[in-house]
Amino acid sequence: MPINYYIFLSLTLFCIGIVGVLTRRNAIIIFMCIELMLNAVNLLLVAFSKMHHLQQMALHPSAGIDGQLFVFFIMVVAAAEVSVGLAIIVMLYRNVHSVDVNFLNRLKH
Amino acid sequence: MIKLVYLVPLLPFIGFLLNGIGRNVLSKTLVGIIACGTLLASFIISLMIFFEVRHLQSPAIVTLFEFIQVGKLSIPFSFQVDQLSSLFLLIVTGVGFLIHVYSTSYMNAEQPNHYARYFSYLNLFVFFMLMLVLGANYVIMFIGWEGVGLCSYLLIGYWFKNTEYNNAARKAFIMNRIGDLGFLIGIFWMISAFSSTLFSVVFDRATAGTAVTMITLLLFVGATGKSAQIPLYTWLPDAMAGPTPVSALIHAATMVTAGIYMIARSNVLYSLAPVTQNIVAIIGLATAILAALIALKQNDIKKVLAYSTVSQLGYMFLGLGVGAYVGSVFHVMTHAFFKALLFLAAGSVIHALHHEQDVRKMGGLKKFLPITHLTFLIGCLAIAGIPPFSGFFSKDEILIAAYAANPIYYWIGLGGALLTAFYMFRLYALTFLGTFRSGEATHQNAADSGDHVHESPAAMTVPLAVLAVLAAIGGFLGLPQIFNEKLGTSHYLQHFLSPVVHAENAEPHVAASTEWMVLGVSVILIVASCVLAVNRYKKWESRTEPASGFAKLLANKFYVDEFYDSIIVRPLTSFAKFLSSSVERYAIDGLVNGIGRAVQYGSRQLRWLQSGQVAAYVLLMVISIIILFFVQFFVKK
Repeated sequence: MPINYYIFLSLTLFCIGIVGVLTRRNAIIIFMCIELMLNAVNLLLVAFSKMHHLQQMALHPSAGIDGQLFVFFIMVVAAAEVSVGLAIIVMLYRNVHSVDVNFLNRLKH
Repeated sequence: MIKLVYLVPLLPFIGFLLNGIGRNVLSKTLVGIIACGTLLASFIISLMIFFEVRHLQSPAIVTLFEFIQVGKLSIPFSFQVDQLSSLFLLIVTGVGFLIHVYSTSYMNAEQPNHYARYFSYLNLFVFFMLMLVLGANYVIMFIGWEGVGLCSYLLIGYWFKNTEYNNAARKAFIMNRIGDLGFLIGIFWMISAFSSTLFSVVFDRATAGTAVTMITLLLFVGATGKSAQIPLYTWLPDAMAGPTPVSALIHAATMVTAGIYMIARSNVLYSLAPVTQNIVAIIGLATAILAALIALKQNDIKKVLAYSTVSQLGYMFLGLGVGAYVGSVFHVMTHAFFKALLFLAAGSVIHALHHEQDVRKMGGLKKFLPITHLTFLIGCLAIAGIPPFSGFFSKDEILIAAYAANPIYYWIGLGGALLTAFYMFRLYALTFLGTFRSGEATHQNAADSGDHVHESPAAMTVPLAVLAVLAAIGGFLGLPQIFNEKLGTSHYLQHFLSPVVHAENAEPHVAASTEWMVLGVSVILIVASCVLAVNRYKKWESRTEPASGFAKLLANKFYVDEFYDSIIVRPLTSFAKFLSSSVERYAIDGLVNGIGRAVQYGSRQLRWLQSGQVAAYVLLMVISIIILFFVQFFVKK
């Protein structure tokens, strides 16, 4: 399968993520959109990695697999981020009884 | 003894420190003893040095320490003792001492701490003048030069609660600074041309040319400031704001003679620059005439004497300009005697009349102040140039030299001498002859007039008497050549100063018959002028009609102050006002405030970005990233 398909899919996912972050006000949905963006990047990384691996396998048996390694790191970090982020959202809910981010403009002051 | 020359300036400096630091604890008697004692000691040392240097062929240099050492230029802190400086040492310390003694009585009404302040300034003044006279290079001379300017400021503004006196002090200081700038540039030029400021080295290396002409001109600018010549003379009459003994000190022993001393000291340089010599002579002559004319119509006893000082200094510069260096130094000496005498006598009159200085309110003081009267009369005879008083010899020496250089100088100078005789005897007649006029003005009861006028105490009359003797006989140090031929004597001063004033700079001489003619004409005319003045003002009565025409011009001092005011002071003030009101407010303040306002405005606008809305932040991030992408991909590097 040509790499273009992966790129377009990943770009679409990323844009959906961005639009979601920008337009939605529910913190949990924003969170999900962020995950979506991360995963779009992951997809792209895996796709490019696979492509490079196929091209350069002759030179070195493990050529071009760094991208896939990165994906694992990103997934680990994303998991950690989710746990911290969800905890923050829970605390937010306890404080303001809402997960609407527009209520959370106190950083301004 | 010459090795101990540093004691001469050091002692007055110690006196200055003692009186200045202890001004709140020392009693008046002690202050007087310190001030006069240190100066007396200096005088005695100067006297011993004087007798030692008489036979000295080359100047003795006493180096104390290295003052400035920059690259190849070395300026030692050294004193030069030779005939010229030792003569000035005697004048400064001797006349200065008499003025100090006089001051102890004149200033006795002051508070003890102000009394001590006064004497500490006086001692400092003498210290700086001695530095000026003793310095073996132009830099040391310049230290003293600046110092006397400072002290004149302090002493003229001694009664600092009076704004007018303070203004006079500032005027003196600023006028002097203008001249000092010329002197300073002259020194710099000298360093670049001869890479030295030592008198001996500079005189050796100097050759006629532009450099020497410019240096001498710049030094002369300094001299016009310090010695009150056109165009910087206006400070000296205003300097009358100080106590009278200070005027005597400034006018006779110190300060104003600095310019004459400097040029006489630099006679080698000036002889190499005939252009400068001509300028010096013309400026001196113009000042002599102008000041003498102004003095004719002044009514303040001290103002008349001040203008007469300016005029006499003009004669000295005339003498310097025509190459009569010895004559000028001689006139400095006799002038120191008779001008100190006149000022101190005037001070005695002012003291007796309770600070009345207007001659229109004096008159008839002859019977109340016999000693003052006699000494003042001697001073007048000396300054007018009536033989055998000292002024006759010194003034005629200058006039004869002027005749030898250019007869026009002589005739104009003689005119000035006649004016001098006239205004001095006008002053004398108004003050001491006729009837006492103060009664009508200050006391309604005419019978009271004069009863409260009394002769001054001994501390004032003794210096007067000493100075009167000196003013009477001081002239015999320099008899004219014709007398010397007849009597087989010699011009002592010329002989004395011959190692300092180089042979080619010796006095220009005229034939004996011409000299007789010149002397005779001047004596006859001067005596006539004196008699005329006495006759005219003996019976003078106070009139109130305003002066008109030329007299008004004279009474208003040729409007020189007003002229300076309108061409320099007022444009400067309005320029400063423009700077403070427009440039300062709109340009400088505008710039500073504008920067602040721009930052404030910018940050107020930027604050909208920090809305607190997470979505807005994210949007910004996305937009920025898109912009970065555009930059990365579409902008050509």
